[in-house]
Amino acid sequence: MPENLFKVNIEEYVLPGQRACQGCGLSLAYRYILKALRENTILTFPACCLTVLHGLYPMTSVTVPTLNNTFASTAASAAGIVAGLNALDRTDITVVAIAGDGGTFDMGIQALSGAVERGTDFIYVCYDNEGYMNTGTQRSSATPMGALTTTTPVLTKQQPKKDMLRIMEAHDLPYLATASPAYPIDLYDKFVKAKRIKGSRYMQIAVPCPPGWGYAPKDTVRIGRLAVETGVVVLFEIEDGKLRLTGRSKTMADKGNKLPVINYIERQGRFRKMSIEQLRQFQRWVDVRWNEYLKRAEG
Amino acid sequence: MAEVQIMTGNQAAALGAKLSHVQVVAAYPITPQTSVTEILSQFIEGGELKAEYIRVESEHTALTVCISASTVGARVFTSTSSQGLLYMHEQLHWAAGSRLPIVMCCVNRGVGAPWTIFNDQQDSISQRDTGWIQIYCRDNQEIIDSIIQGYRIAEAMYIPVMICYDGFVMSHTMMPVEIPDAELVSNFLPPYKPHTILSPETPMNINPVLFPWRRANAEGVLCDGYMEMRYKLQKALGESRDVIVAAGQAFAGAFGRDHGGMVWHYKTDDAEVILTGMGSVATEATTAADMLREEGINAGVVGIRVFRPFPKEEVREAFRKTKAVVIFEKGISYGYEGALCSELKAAFYGTDIRLPVHNYVVGLGGRDVKARELAEAVRSSRDAIASGDTEPAPKWLNCFTE
Repeated sequence: MPENLFKVNIEEYVLPGQRACQGCGLSLAYRYILKALRENTILTFPACCLTVLHGLYPMTSVTVPTLNNTFASTAASAAGIVAGLNALDRTDITVVAIAGDGGTFDMGIQALSGAVERGTDFIYVCYDNEGYMNTGTQRSSATPMGALTTTTPVLTKQQPKKDMLRIMEAHDLPYLATASPAYPIDLYDKFVKAKRIKGSRYMQIAVPCPPGWGYAPKDTVRIGRLAVETGVVVLFEIEDGKLRLTGRSKTMADKGNKLPVINYIERQGRFRKMSIEQLRQFQRWVDVRWNEYLKRAEG
Repeated sequence: MAEVQIMTGNQAAALGAKLSHVQVVAAYPITPQTSVTEILSQFIEGGELKAEYIRVESEHTALTVCISASTVGARVFTSTSSQGLLYMHEQLHWAAGSRLPIVMCCVNRGVGAPWTIFNDQQDSISQRDTGWIQIYCRDNQEIIDSIIQGYRIAEAMYIPVMICYDGFVMSHTMMPVEIPDAELVSNFLPPYKPHTILSPETPMNINPVLFPWRRANAEGVLCDGYMEMRYKLQKALGESRDVIVAAGQAFAGAFGRDHGGMVWHYKTDDAEVILTGMGSVATEATTAADMLREEGINAGVVGIRVFRPFPKEEVREAFRKTKAVVIFEKGISYGYEGALCSELKAAFYGTDIRLPVHNYVVGLGGRDVKARELAEAVRSSRDAIASGDTEPAPKWLNCFTE
């Protein structure tokens, strides 16, 4: 889609000197998120990989105003920013909360559910790297079954990934979308759209993590693509209850060419102890969800 | 002429917030604080107060909303009690570390386990080291007045202020309260000027990671490290003493009521024994002092109004001439003694004040404590002191100990 590249905002908001790991999927996603949101945006985030990316006081490589908050409070912090701006009659600013899967699926879920139930006018972004990566790859409820982490170091994670998207959809949001930095234009378009919508918007981005997942930094885009091409990650958006597949996921649905998950699994060190039975369960888990999405997209 | 109404402590607190023109309120109900949140929503939904009211899903979120709203430049208010305050604990540190002038009411209640909904001060005493100013009120008039003073103090020093008052004893007890004139309050309390505003016009990353040492910015200027920032908070708390006293005096000038700055005195000039405490137990002690005086015992009371910053000089001055001090506390630092008792003794260290100090733990979980029981405790302490027992272990009043 080369013609789409020309419409991407050429301004850079993440400048050289950011401190994320080599090949970080988050830093790639973050670059396009900020390009889509443009100026007049305030971000708030907890202690997470993004804190590291932003750098050490008194310097930062990111040019948008940002507030650091505690782990459990990302959405609450956004609600406070929105309330403060409303009280001062500043309603032109886009308020964005952004946290990892630990700060969203696990510790931040109470504040997130509360803020969204209240219809807080903000965008919540979960960058899902499937574990507590900032502290060195511990298990989270977003970690897939069969993955090694430093807290499931021998037996691998025994439970499937929590379906946070369904939890969020149950809040009746005006807009919910998934994205991947491996498909930056799809990601960019969704944020441009999200910015225009009022109310609570939830965006979940599947970000590959080289040190946490066990692959070479150069392969982040390849792993991100395989996640989508195997149906492990499905690119879609739900607007006012209507689900629509987007980008590569839509093409796959049209052509029926979803790859087996082994193509995705075999390239990551974290799955090296996955049993055949776990692989079978993982494939089944992917197939069931993929078929559900197909059915919903048709209906 | 200011209007006098009969009202509960919680009504006084809500009115204090309204008169202070708070712009964002975030609160979560908990007994005995609940009616503060209800009254404020009536003010806001009824159009009497122009403010954003965020009906949050937890106390942790209540204080987080206040922190973020204050960061973008709004004057904020919240209130809580007991478990709610403990649930906020992380954010109490965050608010003080961010140097945000938040004012919060703590309607004092005991903490579990086991459950109690009744009054003691273990909740706020346990938050002593979070970097907040703590003011303990002795009646409902002082609640409304202290909230207004609280914003003036907080916004002058960029330190959050906790206005503490006893659950049920004050929160649910009707007393006559003179409502400060709205225009006079506006003069006393100019609009909030934030030290830093988070906005797209001035992009910055607030509260990022600091490493142990100072680091240079892009211009090569060395900036504060974590430890320098902590030192500045401590220094500001020390300096807030003068601001608290000045705010009290200015308030007295404008409204004719002086609640005593850091400490208040009752018949201490000739007192041979001084009873001391914080909040309603200190008020009760004034009645006990009168009872003792009828028997010829010259008793007086020093009420500790401000627990943080601790009024070291004031207590040294207050206890210099007396012969004994009896402390009544609705809380304890487990494994040692009452926190106020430790602070008082530490304040006397290095001076020529050599006093017998008797410490009574009273009223935990709302157990009633009457003036005559306080008086009896003082009598028994006088007897013990006469027989040479100058610093016994804390005694538990009205408690069935073996």
